[in-house]
Amino acid sequence: MTLAAPAPQGFLSPTGVEIAFLLVGLVTFAAAIVTVTTKQLVHAALWLVVALGGLAVEYLLLTAEFIAWVQVLIYVGSVVVLLLFGLMLTKAPIGRSPDADSGNRWAALTVAVAAAATLVWVVVDAFRTQWIDLDAPQGTTAVTGAMLFQHWVLPFEALSVLLLAALVGAIVLSRKADEGDEADETGPEPGAKTAPGTADEEQR
Amino acid sequence: MHLAYPAVLAVLLFCTGLYGVLARRNAILVLMSVELMLNAVNLNLVAFDVWLRDALHAGQALTLFTIAIAAAEIGIGLSIVLMVYRNRGTSDVDRLRDTAETPGPGDAPEALEAPEAPEGADATAAAQKAEATA
Amino acid sequence: MTTPTLAVLVPLLPFLGAAAGLLLGRRVPGFVRPLAVLPTLASAVIAVLIAVRQGGGTGGGVRPVDAATELTPTGSVPIELALHLDGFAVLVAVLVGLVASCVQLYSTGYLRDDPRYPSYAALVSLFTSAMLLVVYSGDLMVLLVGWEVMGICSYFLVGHYWETPEARAASLKAFLVTKLGDVPFLIGLFALAADTGSFRITKVLDAVATGGLDHPTVIALLLLAGVAGKSAQFPLHTWLPDAMAGPTPVSALIHAATMVAAGVYFVARLLPVFAASAAALVVLAVMAAVTMAGSALAALAQDDIKRVLAYSTVGQLGYMTGALAVGDRGAAVFHLLSHGAFKALLFLAAGVIIHAAGTNSLAAMSRMRGLRDRIPDAFWTMTVALLALAAIPPFSGFFSKEAVLAAAEHAATGHTESVPGSAGWIVLVSGLLTAVLTAAYATRLWLLAFRPPVTAPHPTAGAPGAGAGSEAAPAGSEAARGVSAAAGVVEAPDHGRQPVVMNVVLWVLAVPSLAFGITVGSLPDWFDGRPLTPTLTTSVLATGLTLVGGLVTYGAWRHTTALAARVPVGAVAAHPGAEPAVSEAEAIATHTPAYGSIASAPDPADPGRLLLGPLHRHAAAGFRVDAVYSALFVRPTQFLAGVVRFLDREVVDTYVRGAGTLPRWLGAAARRAQTGNVQTYLSVLLAGSAVLAVAAVLVAAGA
Repeated sequence: MTLAAPAPQGFLSPTGVEIAFLLVGLVTFAAAIVTVTTKQLVHAALWLVVALGGLAVEYLLLTAEFIAWVQVLIYVGSVVVLLLFGLMLTKAPIGRSPDADSGNRWAALTVAVAAAATLVWVVVDAFRTQWIDLDAPQGTTAVTGAMLFQHWVLPFEALSVLLLAALVGAIVLSRKADEGDEADETGPEPGAKTAPGTADEEQR
Repeated sequence: MHLAYPAVLAVLLFCTGLYGVLARRNAILVLMSVELMLNAVNLNLVAFDVWLRDALHAGQALTLFTIAIAAAEIGIGLSIVLMVYRNRGTSDVDRLRDTAETPGPGDAPEALEAPEAPEGADATAAAQKAEATA
Repeated sequence: MTTPTLAVLVPLLPFLGAAAGLLLGRRVPGFVRPLAVLPTLASAVIAVLIAVRQGGGTGGGVRPVDAATELTPTGSVPIELALHLDGFAVLVAVLVGLVASCVQLYSTGYLRDDPRYPSYAALVSLFTSAMLLVVYSGDLMVLLVGWEVMGICSYFLVGHYWETPEARAASLKAFLVTKLGDVPFLIGLFALAADTGSFRITKVLDAVATGGLDHPTVIALLLLAGVAGKSAQFPLHTWLPDAMAGPTPVSALIHAATMVAAGVYFVARLLPVFAASAAALVVLAVMAAVTMAGSALAALAQDDIKRVLAYSTVGQLGYMTGALAVGDRGAAVFHLLSHGAFKALLFLAAGVIIHAAGTNSLAAMSRMRGLRDRIPDAFWTMTVALLALAAIPPFSGFFSKEAVLAAAEHAATGHTESVPGSAGWIVLVSGLLTAVLTAAYATRLWLLAFRPPVTAPHPTAGAPGAGAGSEAAPAGSEAARGVSAAAGVVEAPDHGRQPVVMNVVLWVLAVPSLAFGITVGSLPDWFDGRPLTPTLTTSVLATGLTLVGGLVTYGAWRHTTALAARVPVGAVAAHPGAEPAVSEAEAIATHTPAYGSIASAPDPADPGRLLLGPLHRHAAAGFRVDAVYSALFVRPTQFLAGVVRFLDREVVDTYVRGAGTLPRWLGAAARRAQTGNVQTYLSVLLAGSAVLAVAAVLVAAGA
């Protein structure tokens, strides 16, 4: 393991990258908060786009450009679309729905805050003296591609099998109900079918 | 760049997703929260990959795999949610309480199943029942 | 074969017959009757043989046979299988064998279609075997075995018609009351053995003769309790009238001739023990006096023919205990023998009457015409037996009762040593009083059962003896049957011929009832040698009183019989064609619904009602002894049971329920956690993870 040994830097003298990372991180976090708290379901999906996009920017700032574009393509491009389809197909109400949160909310908040406090404490305690050296890009597309098809080709192929299985599974799950009552339930099938297909193609 | 920034952001995103999973009623919103958690993990993977300067780029490779698997997961998850919605008329997580312990002396012992499994199994069983009755 | 070997066979044969009958009864129905009759008959024959061989007993110079074998060492006081055959034993055994054989023969007819006949016959055989064991046994513990086996057989046989609540209650009552006496009896036996060092009767008597008895009064009183229970003496007599809910042959065998005689026989065997205590003799005398007078009064008021006979049995047993109280066991056993014969005859004849009349109610019989012509055998033999019961001179009862009264007079005038004169006077006076009453109820029974009522429209009413036969025309009996409630006086229902075997048995038993008295001269040779011949004073006195009793009853009957036609009372059993036992069971079951009581009927034509006057009500209820017992024992017991039940339900169970409450609450709480809401589960899971993570970090940091 090659630990980077950067020059000591202080919190009070942030670099530009750090400031950018911080600001984008705040936006991302805020978007995520809104995503999980908004009463309007479709807005939640749209705020998710903001959060995921913000994360893509963060990847860029961390010099992982291929990951960033994959993030944009797959998450923003397909996953969120899928989620929107799902919302539509389950006849999610447009506009404010007062019962978007379950009665478990306060317990959830407690658990989440406790977990966040614990993890932040542990993480900060562990990594407060560590700096990332961003001078040499670590995740250019060329490097990533070479690495992926040199060292990770076997997992990659296994992953494609997994995606195929997921495709078949999604079709099976969607079609089974159709055979029972195909008169009025033909709608969801294309949506469900495209989901893994899109992901599969995108991945390849 | 200080390593604490991406790490803390990942923690915060993860816990936000956690809150969403625990607090949201609509199953699709729960799935969105799961995506948030996955992305928090991805952020961690990327940040540590960069920090460690890993020669194999294990973190980034794993991130790619995670993204692919997340896509597959969202596909399967959504089809399950749709099926539940079709069979039950709702996709509210807290209304799917078939595994609840019903009071009374003669209640049948119910199998303690994993939280995810009964939804699909119930949906399948209910679908078969619907077929049989149709 | 030697006499002891034969004597062993006597109880053994019926026992084997009973075992075989119980084993084979279901599978081979054809063997049941031979298995029931033949062993009993054989042991009766052997008993006669032994009696002939042993003839004379103590008095005749032949020594009593004593044989014993000790099976196994049983501690400080040995228990031996012992025989003791003296004059008393062999003669009582002959009586038991004779009556048991008659009863078995009679039962083949009486219960000919009964599905439970195999077990019934086996139990009767077992009972006979037990009684013979008691009679022949020379060891008190072996005697006790027979004594208790009789008790349990009596319980089963009284409850033969267990479908009826009366029979169930009666069997329980018989068992419990006799057991109530048996407990002190057992303690008394132990005390006796502890004092004398042996259970052998001969050794006990030797010890008593040499003054080895330290606590004679206590032992005698304890033993008396058992005797009172078994022989139905006051105050433990109440089970016997109720035991009439059993079949008639059972009543004849157990409750007239044998089991109730066991108590008397036992005292006769151990009379020196009782004679050692003057107090015990006085108690015995008082017990006998109360028993005979009270039971005779009660017998006069009963409506059920069998209950009349039951109370009469109690009274006659009172005579026997009276004879024992004045120290004359010869007289007691003499009366036991003659009474056993004529009382068995009375019961068996009563069974025939009940079958023929279709009812056990005297009130209903008194309104029947022609009953005596339907059953002439029963009529004549019953007449003989009733005359014997009333102690009219040529019949056996006269001689035996006179022997008792003579012994009492002997004691009263102070001629019997070791017997207090007061005991003699008590027995004598009560015996004479009972003689009157006995004659009265015997006459009443005979008149009500066999004489048609003297009705006003009949011109022959003035001479019922001449006109009774002609009134009983068989014509129209079909029409009269079953509608007895409509008319005041009805024809006796025609149930066809009684089984021959039943009638034969009646005549067999009539012989000793008629002629047993002629042995009065030779009997002392078998017993203690004291003369049993009647003395002039007592016989004249008693016979005169008997005639007075009978005539007064006849007069009362003439006075009341005209009412019979006006007040219809009737109950005819529904199955005239069935076996006799069915008629009897139905008669017993319908008596209470028909007349409001098991014992009496609201019949103004009853001469007993006129004679007893205001006493009748109490006499019919047995002088409320049962009510006293109920108040003294039953209700406190029930109250205590209620308290215990309350404690159990409300106090003990509260703790039990309380112990169950906590787990139930815990279970309810745990169930509440199982909401089925996946998010809740996950929240708890993650909260736990967080706690664990914090703990792990703190531990790792060494905090």
